[in-house]
Amino acid sequence: MSVTDIQLQEDLDHHDDHHDEHHELGFVSKYIFSTDHKTIGKQFLITGILWAIIGGGLSLIFRLQLGFPEMDLEWLRPVLGKWITEGGKLDAEFYLALVTMHGTIMVFFVLTAGLSGTFSNFLIPLQIGARDMASGFMNMLSYWFFFASSVVMFISLFIETGPAAGGWTVYPPLSALPQAIQGSGLGMTLWLVSMALFIASTLLGGINYITTVINLRTAGMSFARMPLTIWAFFITAILGLLSFPVLLSAALLLIFDRSFGTSFYLSEIFIAGEALPNMGGSPILYQHLFWFLGHPEVYIIILPALGITSEIIATNARKPIFGYKAMIGSMLGIGFLSFIVWAHHMFVTGMNPFLGSVFTILTLVIAVPSAIKAFNYITTLWKGNIVFTPAMLFSIGLVSFFISGGLTGLFLGNSVLDINLHDTYFVVAHFHLVMGSAAFFGLVAGVYHWFPKMFGRMMDDRLGKLHFWLSFVGIYLVFFPLHYIGIAGFPRRYYSFTSFETFSIYGDLNAFVTIAAILTFSAQFIFLFNFFYSIYRGKLAPANPWGSNTLEWTTPRNPGHGNWTGAIPKVFRWPYDYSKPYKPEYLAKLSEEEKANLSDFIPQTVPYSDTPESNLEHEDEIAKTEKDTGAVKVEA
Amino acid sequence: MLSLIIIVAAVLILAVIFTAYRVTALVDIARKSKNQDDKSVYEVPKDNKWHGLLGVLFIVIGFAAFFYFSIKESNVYNLPISSDHGVIVEDLFSITMYITVFVFVMTHIFLFGFGWKYRHKKKKQATYYPHNNKLELIWTVVPAIVLAVLIISGLKEWNKITGPAPEESEIVEIMGYQYAWAFRYPGKDGMLGGYDFRLMDAINSVGIDLADQNAHDDFMASQLIIPKGQPVHLKIRGRDVIHSVYNPHFRIQMNAVPGMPTRFWFVPTKSTNEMRELTGNPDFNYELVCNKICGKGHYSMKGIITVLEPDEYDEWYKESQENTFLKQNPSYISKVPSHLKEAAKIAAGLENISEKQTVSTAYSSSK
Repeated sequence: MSVTDIQLQEDLDHHDDHHDEHHELGFVSKYIFSTDHKTIGKQFLITGILWAIIGGGLSLIFRLQLGFPEMDLEWLRPVLGKWITEGGKLDAEFYLALVTMHGTIMVFFVLTAGLSGTFSNFLIPLQIGARDMASGFMNMLSYWFFFASSVVMFISLFIETGPAAGGWTVYPPLSALPQAIQGSGLGMTLWLVSMALFIASTLLGGINYITTVINLRTAGMSFARMPLTIWAFFITAILGLLSFPVLLSAALLLIFDRSFGTSFYLSEIFIAGEALPNMGGSPILYQHLFWFLGHPEVYIIILPALGITSEIIATNARKPIFGYKAMIGSMLGIGFLSFIVWAHHMFVTGMNPFLGSVFTILTLVIAVPSAIKAFNYITTLWKGNIVFTPAMLFSIGLVSFFISGGLTGLFLGNSVLDINLHDTYFVVAHFHLVMGSAAFFGLVAGVYHWFPKMFGRMMDDRLGKLHFWLSFVGIYLVFFPLHYIGIAGFPRRYYSFTSFETFSIYGDLNAFVTIAAILTFSAQFIFLFNFFYSIYRGKLAPANPWGSNTLEWTTPRNPGHGNWTGAIPKVFRWPYDYSKPYKPEYLAKLSEEEKANLSDFIPQTVPYSDTPESNLEHEDEIAKTEKDTGAVKVEA
Repeated sequence: MLSLIIIVAAVLILAVIFTAYRVTALVDIARKSKNQDDKSVYEVPKDNKWHGLLGVLFIVIGFAAFFYFSIKESNVYNLPISSDHGVIVEDLFSITMYITVFVFVMTHIFLFGFGWKYRHKKKKQATYYPHNNKLELIWTVVPAIVLAVLIISGLKEWNKITGPAPEESEIVEIMGYQYAWAFRYPGKDGMLGGYDFRLMDAINSVGIDLADQNAHDDFMASQLIIPKGQPVHLKIRGRDVIHSVYNPHFRIQMNAVPGMPTRFWFVPTKSTNEMRELTGNPDFNYELVCNKICGKGHYSMKGIITVLEPDEYDEWYKESQENTFLKQNPSYISKVPSHLKEAAKIAAGLENISEKQTVSTAYSSSK
């Protein structure tokens, strides 16, 4: 393993050199109000996991109602109390609250904070070669705003009138009028307060990610040498910074309408026997504002997952990611286009049909960069030497979900097909695959892959693989049948389908989906066990278990505050030099045994001048100038 | 019974987890001497190839189930189409389906096929293949062309569907409220009268503005009754929160938004009776579905749509237009401005009643 023995002795950035002296921090500043990006990342992860259990658990309750409408749910009374009716059924209004909270929790708390919050925090400084985030304090605030937001949302689950119940998109007038639905009372107020705190958290985090990526890259880490994970987090943070303030404005106007008698979204409403005084507002305005965030939001969710996948697939296929520049280009393209496709959520809201045409075109255009990404992942596998670590399996699963769910987007993005599919289970199937499950797999893949760096121990390999197969098959069994139900016209957010003759079919399919959902949810406990058990009892991890090139694997087993004990390493090459061919004249000199022990990866910290045996022609040229930068090869 | 099944399933799952973990833990203990943390790199375990194989198995079984179910059930989930535009929309749906299924199958064959074919082998080295501009250009351009075709064929139809309704259309006003639908027909004059939400009450549920002359002969119906083969123009309103007018047989959907009237027009092509024969269900009815979350009763917000043969429809219309809103609720005549009262009585068909009333009062007073 000659290449890994190389270290950098000198560092020109002297101001950063002396990080060895370590003063012990107290428990509170080390684990609670920590400004260390690694701890903050873990805080986001653990909070995200707790929310995922709650969010997933809520979905099981309403799946029971949908799969087995006749079932006696009396046994849930200890948990749900008065939301179980006298007859032992789920309350129809609480059903809507469950659906709403499931969506809100999963989209914002699990897949935005839990995914982006965890990995942007944990990986950005480690992978670009920085001691910490640009502002550790703001980073800490970002977590604690998220925590406060979580507390408010959690409290709203237990109030008398129930949590917000107007769907996770909380369209007014339903969400503005407590007369229309109980959940639009205090529950909705708490929802709005929680989201405002959440947006503050996202912005504090996002500004930090962007600043850190732009300013704190180590010597040699040019943009063209950044791992795709960092590109993904970077673009995600920009999307968040541009779109979340718009959600805040939407929420603010809704707060005004609800509490201060304004009419931004309300007009000509007659409810509960009286005509309201509001005139001149437009509910459609809210939808425009909401989806101006809402659509970039789905890319805020999926891009980090795609970045994580790029890294894991390249590492475990032992191959460079195929089309590095195309991957960056397509992410930039997706990022840009994500801002001009929002109204495809509104084809049948009464929006001007001409706008519908424009948004159809733009929406289908966004399929092109997405397709490029999928094809590039598959080509990365081609002629690889694939190691199926749990992280790799989950990444492949992600690609599968991304394709399956992405393809149904071609139906929904086409305005004329959307007429019949809008708000049916086809949509539910579509976004649960392409955004929900794919991003969830990205999150889990990331945990399996970076667990050794987070906790210095390995997660159990076999439990990880078992977890994968049960989740992968389970998720398809849950969401694939929903396509049929959707094509048959079943509307989403229906408490039961018994009122309609048209929807009297597929009771069996709904029951099947519910059983599959229970099994898939249960399989997640394998992960939970593996995760918490391995934190304390897992096998000790080597510094670079997966034979990976990126900088985080050059840190010690348990990186302390400041990440590297010595100087920050310099970067000399891109992160994807896996299985780089050796020159034939070099190989000719080696014995068989030496050949078998050749390394198949070259970390980013290795200068070209140290690898004359595998340099490409133009890299030999770079190697000559490299010598002047002070990199010196050290014999171990 | 069901809770029992669920409990059994949960116990089984727990047993699986526990066993699996016991097995791995025991195996680890047995191999402990080998697995110290002096390894600098994760050692590829022996089960690696099985996961490649499982992937292939997954797509073989998955595709078999997918095609079997899709073909076997195609008559169940593809509802019969009952509108003009529905047929064309359905064609585009099928074309999109063929393309996406093709891409779905091919990409998955490659994804899991490569997984199996290029699984880790000790002596093998992966091919260093960082990019190929030609290949990347191909899979940028080909999807772009396919998408362009889909977009263009979709937009043509979209423009027609959302374009202005033909002049001879039957106009019906449809209003969604928690949790039912109201239908208003324009009556003899063929013109819907104005409305104002401030005039709504328990009887005048849609807020008919009786100061508007066109409103005097409007009549309400309890179902959406429409003629077969003629364009129907739905004028859609919401009274309290957003609702959505949806029916999967006609492939129609449009939100009912408070404060912003919307519309949708279409041509029904199968009468309710024809559908009853076609589906073999003598109780078949087209159902008007609310498809936008609107509150507690959202799931039961149903209306009935009845499609009649044109002559039946004409007959029904002729009968129904006698039962104008004003005639049904004569007390509302007080809301008509005094200078229009006489005309309103005539338009609403109230004339005879009031004449009789006058006669009878005259008679009784003379007595």
